[in-house]
Amino acid sequence: MSKIQKPATKSRNGLRVCLQQQYASTSDFSLHLDLDIPSTGVTAIFGPSGSGKTTLLRCIAGLEDRLTGNISLHDDEWLSPSSCLPPHKRPVGYVFQEANLFPHLTAKSNLEFACKRATKVTPSISYEEVIQLLNIAPILSHYPSELSGGERQRVAIARALLIQPKLLLMDEPLTALDETLKQEILPYLEKVCRQANMPILYVSHSLDEVIRLADSMIVLDKGRVIEQGNTQDLLGQLGTAFSHHQGASVVISGKVSERLEEWGLSRLEVNGQDIKIQSGEEKVGDTLRIRVQAKDVSLTLAEDEKSSILNRLKVSVDDIARDPKDQSMVLVRLLAGDTPILARITRLSAHTLDLKKGQHTIAQIKSVALLR
Amino acid sequence: MQLSPEDIGAIWLTLKLASVVTVLLIIMGTPLAWWLARTHSWLKGPINAIVTMPLILPPTVLGFYLLILLGPNGMVGQTLEQLGLSALPFSFNGLVIASMLYSLPFVIQPLQNTFAAIGNKPLEAAATLRASPLESFFTVVLPLAKHGYLSAAVLGFAHTVGEFGVVLMIGGNIANETQVISVQIYDHVEALEYDQAHTLSLIMIVFSFLVLTLLYKTKKRQKTSSEGVL
Repeated sequence: MSKIQKPATKSRNGLRVCLQQQYASTSDFSLHLDLDIPSTGVTAIFGPSGSGKTTLLRCIAGLEDRLTGNISLHDDEWLSPSSCLPPHKRPVGYVFQEANLFPHLTAKSNLEFACKRATKVTPSISYEEVIQLLNIAPILSHYPSELSGGERQRVAIARALLIQPKLLLMDEPLTALDETLKQEILPYLEKVCRQANMPILYVSHSLDEVIRLADSMIVLDKGRVIEQGNTQDLLGQLGTAFSHHQGASVVISGKVSERLEEWGLSRLEVNGQDIKIQSGEEKVGDTLRIRVQAKDVSLTLAEDEKSSILNRLKVSVDDIARDPKDQSMVLVRLLAGDTPILARITRLSAHTLDLKKGQHTIAQIKSVALLR
Repeated sequence: MQLSPEDIGAIWLTLKLASVVTVLLIIMGTPLAWWLARTHSWLKGPINAIVTMPLILPPTVLGFYLLILLGPNGMVGQTLEQLGLSALPFSFNGLVIASMLYSLPFVIQPLQNTFAAIGNKPLEAAATLRASPLESFFTVVLPLAKHGYLSAAVLGFAHTVGEFGVVLMIGGNIANETQVISVQIYDHVEALEYDQAHTLSLIMIVFSFLVLTLLYKTKKRQKTSSEGVL
């Protein structure tokens, strides 16, 4: 309590959030956190439903009351013990779970609502750029009721960008959409995240979205921060919320060293070793990010065993942890150079291979998924 | 089926009264309905009850207390007298005040329901788009509440046109000042002038039918237009 209520030390750059909120004395839920959020890139706020993700976002936007603490962006105080900036004076863009467009206005008028009120000094993105980025030119004359869920969400993202915010808040923008629409919007979101010249907070309970979009992440549970850090580092650790997730994965970056046109594959160099991936539009020299799921990694001690599995990396065992949800499985943290890889194997296999910390072994990767 | 000058005077007065009352109620009812739709205060229940009371009270009760309150010995009446203003009972202005109280629930309830149905979401969206609360009200709430305002205006107007008891209690029966259609019909029947009573009554029936048809039409349109949005 006392820790939260003392004035926050000001950070020169980035978003500083230090707050607590209690709904009612009868309610179990309270928000209680102290965060420094990077001033660039996408920060995912991850956690199960009811963990306070949306509430945190609403607190930052000024949409929640019964709040004490400090919120500041760069050197501007939005909330302090003595003052509270009303939501319409905070330079944020907010994308709601459901598009929340004004139903009485066309898509175009919805965007103009934002343009009219946008911060006048140095727009970071122009109207034309936004229309093109989200590919909404053909639907501008329609009313929200005439648009599909995905189209509405694209207009809503465009509207939030056009207010020229200093901070973009996105509250599970894909949750209300079905799987096909999600896949339709994700590429737009990736473009927005890469091109938007502002910090983005992205609330999600989907590990998949977080891995594709976020540079760093904050994990919430019951209104408290349980993990925070760089996405790649966090994913490669044992004992985190992600390592217990069924989609437990690591993200690996590498440079394209060669295109094997004959086989339709590309060779990716990761810490001096090769990973082959299906060729796409990448060129030699490009940096790519791939996702390797722990369940797709198996271990072998035989160095030159013939196998249909192409990707065999020399790794050393760094750590082994039991899966708390499944007694028969263990998670093994491997290091290929300094790149962590997780393998989810049976406890029996670990026993048979007699895996120990520091031991050298071969990781076979069945499949990789290309990100961005 | 001829309308006498008194009949025409009564029709004109009724329309004037209903228009003035409707306009005033819409303007003054908006903040009250807004507050009722959004507050969590314990006062909400009692205030709601007071606003709705004219629905179930006999108009004579309302008229009786207004007469006492506005009369020369009443609180309001005395104050007005001290200020050198004319007395309200048996005047057009008194009728306006009485009608406003009488028709209050018919204006407040549609507005309150519309505001509640609009909910918080559009307002939150407007706030994150830098619209001040007042701006949001005029650019977002008013357009979305269009049909609610139409219902409120139609109901308030029609109900004022149809009142009788309150008028009789506080307005009396002064031609071109307080003699509205309903009172005029009563007079005709008292005097056994059934022809004139028929004419005015038929006008009222046609008027009510048209008003209610219009109301249900807008209700239907409102339903279809708000489907699938938000």
